[in-house]
Amino acid sequence: MSDVYIMGVDMIKFGRFPDKTVPQLGAQAALMALDDAGLTIHDMQALYCGNLGQANAMVGQRILQEIGQTGIGVVNCANACATGATAFREAWMSIKAGINDVVLAVGVEQMGKGLLGGAGGGAGIPKEGLLGSGTMPAVFAEAGLEHSRKYGTTFEQFAKVSVKNHHHSTLNPKAMYQIETPLDVVMNAEMISYPNTKLMCSVNVDGAAAAVLVSEKKARELGMQRAVRVRASILTSDPYSDRDLVMPDVNAVTRKAAAEAWEMAGCGPDDINLVELHDCFATAEILHYENLGLCKDGEAGRMIDEGEVALGGRVPVNVSGGLLSKGHPLGATGIANIYEVSTHLRGEAGKRQVEGAKLGLTHVIGLGSACAIHVLEKVS
Amino acid sequence: MSEAAVAGSLPVVDWLKLPEGEDPYLEGHKCGDCGAIFLGVRSVCSKCGARDKLAPTKLANKGKLYSYSIVYRSFPGIEVPYISAVVDLEGGGTIKGNLIGVEPDPENLKFDMPVEVVYRDALGRKDADGNSYISYFFQPA
Ligand SMILES: [Zn+2]
Repeated sequence: MSDVYIMGVDMIKFGRFPDKTVPQLGAQAALMALDDAGLTIHDMQALYCGNLGQANAMVGQRILQEIGQTGIGVVNCANACATGATAFREAWMSIKAGINDVVLAVGVEQMGKGLLGGAGGGAGIPKEGLLGSGTMPAVFAEAGLEHSRKYGTTFEQFAKVSVKNHHHSTLNPKAMYQIETPLDVVMNAEMISYPNTKLMCSVNVDGAAAAVLVSEKKARELGMQRAVRVRASILTSDPYSDRDLVMPDVNAVTRKAAAEAWEMAGCGPDDINLVELHDCFATAEILHYENLGLCKDGEAGRMIDEGEVALGGRVPVNVSGGLLSKGHPLGATGIANIYEVSTHLRGEAGKRQVEGAKLGLTHVIGLGSACAIHVLEKVS
Repeated sequence: MSEAAVAGSLPVVDWLKLPEGEDPYLEGHKCGDCGAIFLGVRSVCSKCGARDKLAPTKLANKGKLYSYSIVYRSFPGIEVPYISAVVDLEGGGTIKGNLIGVEPDPENLKFDMPVEVVYRDALGRKDADGNSYISYFFQPA
């Protein structure tokens, strides 16, 4: 089976674009990725499109109606916050299978402001605030406090994640925000769902990201100088665990994906130079240091205290600013984090460059649940 | 439990049972092969895959606080703050609900603190047909 390479990848600056349509945002990112690869839509053999908000509305085809109706096959994917990564993985699989040599993957989302989560639909009466909370900040707060009950992780340690990621985003011109948020500012921000304050919740933004994936044969033809090799592409769903149906278990689904990723990539967490992981809430990031094996169980609090996950640390996490500050356009996130890691592997990340980065990992979780992990490698 | 006796009140979820003349209770479905406990009627176990092995079982009204969040921001019309609590019940089963009877402050909430399940009117919420509902809540035991 052919190795798969990323030849072009880019994202639009995340923000709020009420005057644009979803296909227009996706088209913008698609053209940027095509330019980055030095190819055109006429070279593409298929399009894999990830979008959640208009999952029933043929977003991929409408992107082609913006940039070139070449008649290629289009797959539209929806997989909660793993949507973009799922589209990317479908593209990867089509090359692995030998069906295609050059394909395009696009992730795009236009978000409203405000809380995400179950508003308590269905028959009868609303359940929100009656049978606990289904809002995302509360769900991830409960997951965070589960870590506290095991290891004594503190509100302050969770808050430090947000300080770090907001700091990182000051170095990323494509992030929604470039603002320093000191610890006292994070901890004293409006409490949304203890222990997550407003600055510890990801930002709802509009965004799009796209990647051109090619086979080894095609990569050699185009030139390997800026190519990024996909060493592993993994997708899991939530395996049974005792409380999963009441309290979504984001740990088991990630641990299963990580184990499979290391096996496919033939490397381990100690080999990884940078990680873009799913910090939808500050509490979530702490869990994933351990879930991804960046440290031993129970050491995540120490990791953040000692700066091991900050730019310049042992294994920088979310140097893009993460979902907390770069922003979280659901369907775009899974390709935007592939853009970030690829940019470091290419040595093109400017002020936030992780020096000498050779291997990087991306991770997303869609609650419900889906987890996607990609391990990416510098080629030359 | 007195308010639950209000005639005509409906259960907030179909696994809250209101038998006439008896105390309300929560019903789980337990897999005869692997022992997993689920909320609501189902025919296949998602832990082991066994079919038609799930039998109804009365869940305990006592349990321990497993995890929680104190919710300060919710959807419009939802009164805040409140404690969203995940409780492991004695004898098996985990449920989520509001923890009442304690100030919503992390100082007052200890992991594994004992709680009991109580049944009350569903905060005055009514459905489109004007029906009132009985819900379950947790309170410190
Ligand atoms: Zn079973």
